Amino acid sequence: MNKKPEVIELEAVVIRFSGDSGDGMQLTGTLFSNTSALIGNDFSTFPDYPSEIRAPQGTVGGVSGFQVHIGHNKVFTPGDFADVLVAMNPAALKANAQWMKPGGIIILDNDNFDEKWIKKAGYFEDPIIEEKLDRFNVIKAPITTLTKEAIKDLGLDLKSVLRSKNMFALGMVYWLYNRPLNFTEQFIESKFQKRPVIIEANKKVLKAGYNFAETIESMKPTYIVSPAPIRKGTYRNINGNEATAWGLIAAAEKAGLNLFVGSYPITPATGILEELSLRKDLGVKSFQAEDEIAGICTAIGASFAGLLGVTTTSGPGLALKSEALGLAVMTELPLVVVDVQRGGPSTGLPTKTEQSDLMQALYGRSGESPVVIIAASTPSNCFDYAFQAAKIAIEHMTPVLLMTDGFLANGSQPWRIPTMNEYPEIKTRMVPKDTIDYQPYARDPETLVRRWAIPGMKGMEHRVGGLEKDFLKGSVSHDPINHQKMVKVREDKVNRVVNVIPDLEVMGDSQGDLLVVGWGGTFGYLKTAVQELQEEGEKISLAHFNYIRPLPGNAKEIFSGFKRIIVCELNLGQFANYLRIKCQEFKYEQYNKVQGLPFTVVELKEEFIKLLGA
Amino acid sequence: MKEQNIKLTFKDFKSDQEIRWCPGCGDHAILNSIQRALAELGIAREKYAFISGIGCSSRLPYYMNTYGFHGIHGRAAVIATGTKVANPDLSVWEITGDGDALAIGGNHFIHLIRRNIDINLILFNNEIYGLTKGQYSPTSRKGTTTKTSPFGTIETPFHPGVLVIGAQGKFFARTVDNNIKLSTDVFVEAGKHEGTSVVEVLQNCVIYNDKVYAEITDKEVKEERQIILKHGEPMIFGKSNDKGLILDGLKLKVVKIGEKGVKEKDILVHKANENNPGIHTMLANMRWPNYPVAFGVIRNVTAPTYDVAMAGQIQKVQNSSKIKKMDDLLRSGNTWEV
Repeated sequence: MNKKPEVIELEAVVIRFSGDSGDGMQLTGTLFSNTSALIGNDFSTFPDYPSEIRAPQGTVGGVSGFQVHIGHNKVFTPGDFADVLVAMNPAALKANAQWMKPGGIIILDNDNFDEKWIKKAGYFEDPIIEEKLDRFNVIKAPITTLTKEAIKDLGLDLKSVLRSKNMFALGMVYWLYNRPLNFTEQFIESKFQKRPVIIEANKKVLKAGYNFAETIESMKPTYIVSPAPIRKGTYRNINGNEATAWGLIAAAEKAGLNLFVGSYPITPATGILEELSLRKDLGVKSFQAEDEIAGICTAIGASFAGLLGVTTTSGPGLALKSEALGLAVMTELPLVVVDVQRGGPSTGLPTKTEQSDLMQALYGRSGESPVVIIAASTPSNCFDYAFQAAKIAIEHMTPVLLMTDGFLANGSQPWRIPTMNEYPEIKTRMVPKDTIDYQPYARDPETLVRRWAIPGMKGMEHRVGGLEKDFLKGSVSHDPINHQKMVKVREDKVNRVVNVIPDLEVMGDSQGDLLVVGWGGTFGYLKTAVQELQEEGEKISLAHFNYIRPLPGNAKEIFSGFKRIIVCELNLGQFANYLRIKCQEFKYEQYNKVQGLPFTVVELKEEFIKLLGA
Repeated sequence: MKEQNIKLTFKDFKSDQEIRWCPGCGDHAILNSIQRALAELGIAREKYAFISGIGCSSRLPYYMNTYGFHGIHGRAAVIATGTKVANPDLSVWEITGDGDALAIGGNHFIHLIRRNIDINLILFNNEIYGLTKGQYSPTSRKGTTTKTSPFGTIETPFHPGVLVIGAQGKFFARTVDNNIKLSTDVFVEAGKHEGTSVVEVLQNCVIYNDKVYAEITDKEVKEERQIILKHGEPMIFGKSNDKGLILDGLKLKVVKIGEKGVKEKDILVHKANENNPGIHTMLANMRWPNYPVAFGVIRNVTAPTYDVAMAGQIQKVQNSSKIKKMDDLLRSGNTWEV
């Protein structure tokens, strides 16, 4: 390491890399996160990109961003505002200048700030004046020129040269935060194994950026963020989609079942299908269906045959699956449906996050059609809740809807790798082989769960289907009293899952002035906001829900300890309305945001302070 | 699904459920033929899964003493796909109708065939919606008058056989409800064929589309208007076995043996296992009055099946991968110690 004139130690830092959607910003951000993890920082990431693969160059709509928050202590969000912004062109500046902390550093590729690109981004003359950038430390770096210069002897075509300029920006940020280059160099070496000239180019440009930052006066002082005091163990970086896929495989292994996934590609859920398709070594049968309906129906067919059937989707796909989900309710087969929520309705905002599928998940089917609903709340705990969703589906012979969202799906964080013996057993309801006179719909008196017999089992031949069933035999019944009895028992069966789910926890005192209530992917923001106010002495606590249907049994008890309750969610109040039905004795205030973006800690704190003061 | 040697009779496949199709419906005879075919196939009863969609025909699984799944409208093909892929050891039969398979389930129908999943699909074609009480279907002939086409339909119908072959189908057969002998034989062939086997059964709906096939099935005329194809035999038909099919340029042509110098050796010989679908498509598309309607196994070509390929791919990856269990996966790739 070179001697630095001045190094300042920081608790945490937020960096945002942004450029055209073909500029490699997602990779740049990921590499910075990985290097930070390897030197011991905690982190949380937020990839934010357009739905077009190569959106029009130089326009604000085409800007792809990757924000990472690294910390000396645990970090729960990717951060509201950035300390450092890398903007590869004027559009990237335009899209992100508002998300900067006052006094932060903005690194611009000055070569792209010519008249053409400035106009294309929607500026009139000088973006630096128009954005009032004198509030920041603006570093105008001729990134494109210097990248060309650094590798001019390698004989690469212009396109390949320009592709490596993201490494220049990354090199600069590495210098600024005193990070080593070796992890990224190793990555480059393994990624381009067969193309030595590309390895050389990327490494040269990375180093050039690092050296350039060291040379220019404006990049001083530099900063360090010391390793986080996190639990000992082996760690890896994981995003929500990967964690979801792995949790499902883990559950199938515990249950001694093979996993079948039938899915149709849809943003932002596709990563789960891709990850499961890779895992043939663990026996996963992955089926890319011709449509969403085929996805769920093949999964139901596989469950009928005795596998753990899974289908993965997002809001519009869940709408298409709703009839078949009702069939799974009726046939009482284990099934996991994963809904990675995105901005809606209709095609909406495919790459942006939202929590607006809750009512659809709860009630979006014909008839009285109860399913268990679980929501993950961090990228890595998608593993735990996917495991739990599958466990409940298998042990309670019911479809379970696991809700994540675009923010969790693409966001990543370090994850202490568990071992499988830390996870509970999963026992199938497979009928014992020596059973005589098998009745498909005879139930366990406590859980109301039926027994599972699968094709191939001798003497258990039976028929299931979407028509109403006889209470015991499962044969078709149009009897009015039987129908009411069956509607009731399906409802009760799902309600009794409450006996196997953990109690709701309060973060903070169990009594106070304000209880913040949230569910699913907003956890990190709510926790950070509440924790900061607690440190400021406010009587505020957080109750965050992972179990939506049924609700944890102690929810009302917790609500009763607070003067006011505010339900915060990324929709117009769907969970608040659900609580108004389920826990009617309380008054709920709401904080809602529907911008396709996560909350910010700042806006949450402002809202809570208002309520606490009132 | 390979045959085994289990001795069963058709009665072993009858369930205790009361059969609720209309008296005189063609479905009764089809059920009977299926039960006879299963007894001949010699596969253990618990290995059968009968999977259906919605419609009159789709009630059939309730009447079979096997595993059964009465699905939702149009989705039998995909439920059956999941079941077969999950357990290739099962003999999976899809029971569907012209509305279920070709209207609401049209997408799944072609993709099932394209993938060549080893499923036997029995398509009950009565050219009408019976369960919803008489609306036209995708196979109703142009001009058909129904409750939703009071002035006659103005759309062109599908010909299931042509659709099957167009979707790269490897097995297509046709039979008619009241010919139990032919139906049984054809179902047995379908059951033996590895890959998607589609059997179109011309079925009479006594209530909403009675006698829809009478012009080719009536006793007096059927020998002149039907040709029963048998692999390896000349394509001869007629009361006196004196008519046959030849190729005239690019088209099939009906000729009379003994007239205009036509001899029996000039008649085309049926090759169901010919990979080229040209002649099979023409045979499947023959319609009265220009041609006799073809029955029996029209196409029966061997090709790799999806379910076997998937199992093979999994086996191959498992043999070479170092990841044998979840704990291995968790610790694979980039990890670091704290």
